[in-house]
Amino acid sequence: MTSNGLDSKTPSGPMAEKWTRHKFDMKLVNPANKRKYTVIVVGTGLAGASASATLSELGYKVKTFCIQDSPRRAHSIAAQGGINAAKNYQNDGDSVYRLFYDTIKGGDFRSREANVHRLAEVSVNIIDQCVAQGVPFAREYGGLLDNRSFGGAQVSRTFYARGQTGQQLLLGAYSALMKEVTAGGVTLFPRREMLDLVVVDGRARGIVVRNLLTGKLESHAGDAVLLCTGGYGNVFYLSTNAKACNVTAAWRTHKKGAYFANACYTQIHPTCIPVHGDYQSKLTLMSESLRNDGRIWVPKNPEDKRPPHEIPEADRDYYLERKYPSFGNLAPRDISSRSAKEQCDAGRGVGPTRQAVYLDFRDAIERLGKDVIEARYGNLFQMYERIVDDDPYKVPMMIFPASHYAMGGLWVDYNLMSNLPGLHVLGEANFSDHGANRLGASALMQGLADGYFVIPYTLSHYLGSTKLEPVDTNHAEFKKAEEEARARIDKLLSIKGKRTVDEFHRQLGLLCWDKCGMARDEKGLKEALQEIPAIREEFWQNVTVTGAGEDFNQSLEKAGRVADFLEFAELLVTDALHREESCGGHFRVEHQTEDGEAKRDDEHFAYVGAWEFKGVDAAPELHKEPLVFEEVHLATRSYK
Amino acid sequence: MSTKINLTLKVWRQKNAQTPGHFETYQARDIDTDASFLEMLDVVNASLEREGKEPIAFDHDCREGICGSCGAVVNGQAHGPERETTLCQLHMRKFRNGDTVTIEPWRAKGFPLIKDLVVDRSAFDRIIAAGGFITVRTGQAPEAHATPVPKDKADWAMDAAQCIGCGACVAACPNASAMLFVSAKVTHLNVLPQGQPEKTRRVLNMVAQMDKEGFGNCSNHYECEAACPKGISVKNIAKMNRDHLVASIAG
Ligand SMILES: Cc1cc2nc3c(=O)[nH]c(=O)nc-3n(C[C@H](O)[C@H](O)[C@H](O)COP(=O)(O)OP(=O)(O)OC[C@H]3O[C@@H](n4cnc5c(N)ncnc54)[C@H](O)[C@@H]3O)c2cc1C
Ligand code: FES
Repeated sequence: MTSNGLDSKTPSGPMAEKWTRHKFDMKLVNPANKRKYTVIVVGTGLAGASASATLSELGYKVKTFCIQDSPRRAHSIAAQGGINAAKNYQNDGDSVYRLFYDTIKGGDFRSREANVHRLAEVSVNIIDQCVAQGVPFAREYGGLLDNRSFGGAQVSRTFYARGQTGQQLLLGAYSALMKEVTAGGVTLFPRREMLDLVVVDGRARGIVVRNLLTGKLESHAGDAVLLCTGGYGNVFYLSTNAKACNVTAAWRTHKKGAYFANACYTQIHPTCIPVHGDYQSKLTLMSESLRNDGRIWVPKNPEDKRPPHEIPEADRDYYLERKYPSFGNLAPRDISSRSAKEQCDAGRGVGPTRQAVYLDFRDAIERLGKDVIEARYGNLFQMYERIVDDDPYKVPMMIFPASHYAMGGLWVDYNLMSNLPGLHVLGEANFSDHGANRLGASALMQGLADGYFVIPYTLSHYLGSTKLEPVDTNHAEFKKAEEEARARIDKLLSIKGKRTVDEFHRQLGLLCWDKCGMARDEKGLKEALQEIPAIREEFWQNVTVTGAGEDFNQSLEKAGRVADFLEFAELLVTDALHREESCGGHFRVEHQTEDGEAKRDDEHFAYVGAWEFKGVDAAPELHKEPLVFEEVHLATRSYK
Repeated sequence: MSTKINLTLKVWRQKNAQTPGHFETYQARDIDTDASFLEMLDVVNASLEREGKEPIAFDHDCREGICGSCGAVVNGQAHGPERETTLCQLHMRKFRNGDTVTIEPWRAKGFPLIKDLVVDRSAFDRIIAAGGFITVRTGQAPEAHATPVPKDKADWAMDAAQCIGCGACVAACPNASAMLFVSAKVTHLNVLPQGQPEKTRRVLNMVAQMDKEGFGNCSNHYECEAACPKGISVKNIAKMNRDHLVASIAG
């Protein structure tokens, strides 16, 4: 069953004025009344930390939760390359409109125009805010900010702090958050994992969390819930995401009625350290910024076994430069990843597993000198050497694509509110701004845009225009959610089977990677739809989870997350199977042009696919939000 | 090239703060030298779990050396034998077949033990809350280029700001002092023009909170710098002491 009626609540009026007008039209909450509202924020990455701090500054009572022992350790900390903003400090032709356009095009025309325009508008305020907080962005000798280029753009609009931009931005947001803890507006709940959303009279009114130190379940009631819980890239097991990244909060919320949109839009990042052994627990990203100076190539002849430096120019294929002369090594991620796969599938892969391509700095070192390269990428080179035991100043890096980011996520309207009133979703956890492919340096921008500059207005609008009855944690819905969570924990502990949680996760991940990774076809997706429920069934019969429920128990934490991935994976595959077109990160083998490029079907698929949960073993129901392009003309994406 | 090695592990096991802990011996077999230290622990934990035994608890998340979650004292050294390397980035090629490896939690009054190798580092959050920020509300910020920051100052701030808050400095210090951690944040903010208005309050409040948390004093052993996975310099401590002195006189 499908319905076409999903309302994005996009304001009317010219694109460039929508947000400004909407800000005026929205309801406000009287300053004296704000402290009467409690806002629950789950997550302390860029989105959650910035939202918590800002809402507290406005006067709301904020309760903030995260899994890690400190909010400063959220996954955002690991972002390396940078953050985009349309400052045009380089005078190279950038503008709000160009950032908007690049993002729409980069997303392969599958994002909502009005959201993306707003994102580009507020991008400039983000940089101002971060600088004022003391974020030590890279500067030039004149004391002004430096920029670099990132994939999918022909201007330099990326701000960075060495190879640790995410760290510095998160520490900025975290400092703002801690300032509000001291001011009394924010109460922190670290080492808590959200296990369920509590819905009362059709509105999100609280959460149930497990205290990871004691194992006890706790209920928290509020007037609105903000989910800022990051992406689901770990469904593939091996990914660049931190180990605790999960789909649990989003999935349990989905099971309570929130629609999940575009699950099949997953980003496979082209430059990661390749897989090398079955003990491996994660894949490490080598920042996209390396593609500014590194050249990607493979030997032309699959039989060529010479070490890379002995292979002469004539026998190398710089395939990105050949195929996409105007963007070259800076082609967008989906295209670069697929090209690497194409080369490896054709037998031209390098290294022991032949599942890798070269990223070579020889020419850049010759042209600029080792010192310059070291200053630009020193910490990345060091990280590479530590992991691989090869010196990238001398031997080209070997890289291969890996799961990295989730464009899909919970469906939200223009106000970042889900179809479930009161539930708002920010950052990577929502689906909203990146369409079918995210451009580099845009996730940090979106997380902070949502938290600092969007939600403070739209949440006030919700609270100011809604009559909320008082609700506390004695309400039957809280008790019910707690009981369900407890029953599930007891069940996991009672199985006492033979296989570890990680074994199941690895098995699921491999299946998703093979059948729903960089290339997908009907046959494979249908096979996956058979195999996932079988793995899930075995999991619930044969997993081993040691320890007790009311104790610090990392096995149990992992088991709960993998149990959710085992359900979510089916939605990922269902969405991929239904989308009979190729766009961005979603490449259906059946839908490609003669030269192997993604072939969109705008006539039938220019919509957001938002799924409604109907039961673990029942088919979900599809709701469509048609995508209307007022500003940018739908065109075939070309980076040639 | 990678090879396989066997190790004997002596691991600190402690159920919780109330129960006394002890060393337990485990054999780690067929460990790939390309594996990271935490991946080696994963292998050991998987075999414990298959036997129905509780795995060794340890904090970790990014496994890229940036979140600051991981850390243990390995053969007497915080984060193990490799300089400027977190435990998650330490690779097994640094060990030899047949080695015995001792693994213990951070031990410090300011970091109460939670379980096995997991300790409570929330004192660091409270120190930041005491003053490790610039008071600016969202929306108040002037245009980013309104205040140029000399490159050397920006670089100095960045050097200090790289701290990942792992606590190795405290674990390595004979006095369990947190001076390196605190001074890194004080320096980061106090050298920037944006941090000037609160310079005095910041250093006084953060140091006061540090003392309250039960961390020891610095007596210039410099073990902290040697253990720091991010190479944070003890010069920051000197800078903080200067700022503190000036602030105390002014205050
Ligand atoms: C290696 C790497 C490098 C990257 N580099 C860049 C880059 O250079 N530029 C860029 O723009 N983007 C980059 N990205 C992407 C970007 O970092 C992320 O998309 C972004 O940081 C996500 O922020 P977030 O606030 O949405 O979520 P996260 O930072 O993932 O935070 C999620 C928060 O939710 C909490 N949480 C999750 N589940 C639960 C639960 N059930 N209960 C309680 N709390 C929960 C976590 O504890 C955490 O606090 C990179 C990503 C990776 C993996
Ligand atoms: S796990 Fe993040 S620093 Fe080691």
